[in-house]
Amino acid sequence: MLLSFDTATPLVSVALHDGHEVVAERPSDHPMKHGEQLAPLIASVLADAGVVRQDLTAIAVGVGPGPFTGLRVGLVTARTLAHVLDIPVYGVCSLDVIAVEAVDTGTVRGEFMVATDARRKEVYVATYDEQGRRTDGPHVVKPAAAATALPVAGDGARLYAEAFPHAVAPNRPSAGWLARVVTEERAVLLDPDPLYLRRPDAVENAHRKPVLPGA
Amino acid sequence: MSDGPLVLGIETSCDETGVGIVRGHTLLADAVASSVDEHARFGGVVPEVASRAHLEAMVPTIERACETAGISLHDVDAIAVTSGPGLVGALLVGVASAKALALGLGKPLYGVNHLAAHVAVDQLEHGPLPEPCLALLVSGGHSSLLRVEDVTVGVDPLGATIDDAAGEAFDKVARLLGLPFPGGPHIDRAAASGSSVAIDFPRGLTSRKDVERHRFDFSFSGLKTAVARWVEAQQRLGTPIDVADVAASFQEAVCDVLVRKAFDAAQFHGIDDILIGGGVAANSRLRAMATERAEARGIRVRVPRPGLCTDNGAMVAALGAELVTRGRAPSALDLPADSSQPITTVVA
Ligand SMILES: [Zn+2]
Repeated sequence: MLLSFDTATPLVSVALHDGHEVVAERPSDHPMKHGEQLAPLIASVLADAGVVRQDLTAIAVGVGPGPFTGLRVGLVTARTLAHVLDIPVYGVCSLDVIAVEAVDTGTVRGEFMVATDARRKEVYVATYDEQGRRTDGPHVVKPAAAATALPVAGDGARLYAEAFPHAVAPNRPSAGWLARVVTEERAVLLDPDPLYLRRPDAVENAHRKPVLPGA
Repeated sequence: MSDGPLVLGIETSCDETGVGIVRGHTLLADAVASSVDEHARFGGVVPEVASRAHLEAMVPTIERACETAGISLHDVDAIAVTSGPGLVGALLVGVASAKALALGLGKPLYGVNHLAAHVAVDQLEHGPLPEPCLALLVSGGHSSLLRVEDVTVGVDPLGATIDDAAGEAFDKVARLLGLPFPGGPHIDRAAASGSSVAIDFPRGLTSRKDVERHRFDFSFSGLKTAVARWVEAQQRLGTPIDVADVAASFQEAVCDVLVRKAFDAAQFHGIDDILIGGGVAANSRLRAMATERAEARGIRVRVPRPGLCTDNGAMVAALGAELVTRGRAPSALDLPADSSQPITTVVA
């Protein structure tokens, strides 16, 4: 029994896959607040499927890229839970999950891109072949720098229609598709390490303002 | 082996990833991974750097604590975690990890107040807390005087800093003197060879007028500015600065105010026991001064050893164990991380 979740977008998504199919799936009701919603959602999908924590055999987690705070909630939950239950944990690039869903549900044909909101007027982007295999990325860039006439899945396409006129579904990664991606090995499986793609904002000591006002 | 519940505590409110394990009042493990070196070149804690470090350190620190304690995670009776106050992104890593432990082990979760945990940690060293007691909590993030009746129920704030925290003043003065971050231990060391009466630095909020309004409050911003002006004046004169004297005189001013106000509050509230906690309680002059003055006044002072004063997981576990022992209700799985959790909320 595979437990999967993704916290790389404003919405948290959690699912259970029994090796054949997704047996339970729950998206969060409100955007953000990943820290509050993830654990109760995990408890809920276990209850929905009538399984107990000891039935879990592996964990799949979206490793981003995405807003850092939510991303870390997902990753530390996956790492800790896998440690306690002594089961493996697989990381998947969250953009790859969007890509596989787009291919399998037929919203794209041939080469395409995935773009998600990176805030600060930037997007996370990656390029895929017709089977949903990543050929470039992920990068964090200004929409204009990645502008394309290709079909683009992910909420970045809807936010920046000028750069990405050909927007297609889906908008964000779902845990159900994440579970399918891992079960069917449709993407490269990674360690559960966050794809930050940006360095922390920090100002070195030398540039800080002096202690005395006006000094 | 003593009795009591076996509790694992997680602390990630600032730059230390702490995991402690206690059984009742007995400390079994206190594992800490610090990202302080990564912050040193920024002269202060950078929240995003701290949060990244917490994620990397979390599981290895849990493993290390279990190994030291010689227990399996499955043996623990409850999980406790700092839910606030602190840096929200940093708190979230600890809270999410604690929830995963609670879920994975099927054990209750307690989201606890960081300040109450600083009080409860002393039980690991000196046994049950006197009830009531007066707590002086001083660190880089807080400077408060509290009246503690039952640490599992609530804590009465009597006073707090109205500007900088005491530890912040240490950091800023260290920077002025060219000493590394964090400033506390470096000032303490430099002060050892200096004179505490070399320079008469101001004692904040101790004038008669201030005491009317801020009897049990602190202010360290004026002191910090006074040190800066003094250093600047010496530089203008071309006089070399005696770092040891400045450090000792500054430290004396901070400790004098802290101890004076703590004793005044204890007397005012008729309390005979004072407990000092938080990172600044590791300062050797503060410990010595409090002990000296206590003897003269017939008041008992308790200060945990320096390793338990700074932020750590043992303090969270200690409070958790007390909550379990006293049958307090645990937190729900949707427990938030609350960067400004009020001191009056012991369990969120
Ligand atoms: Zn603290």
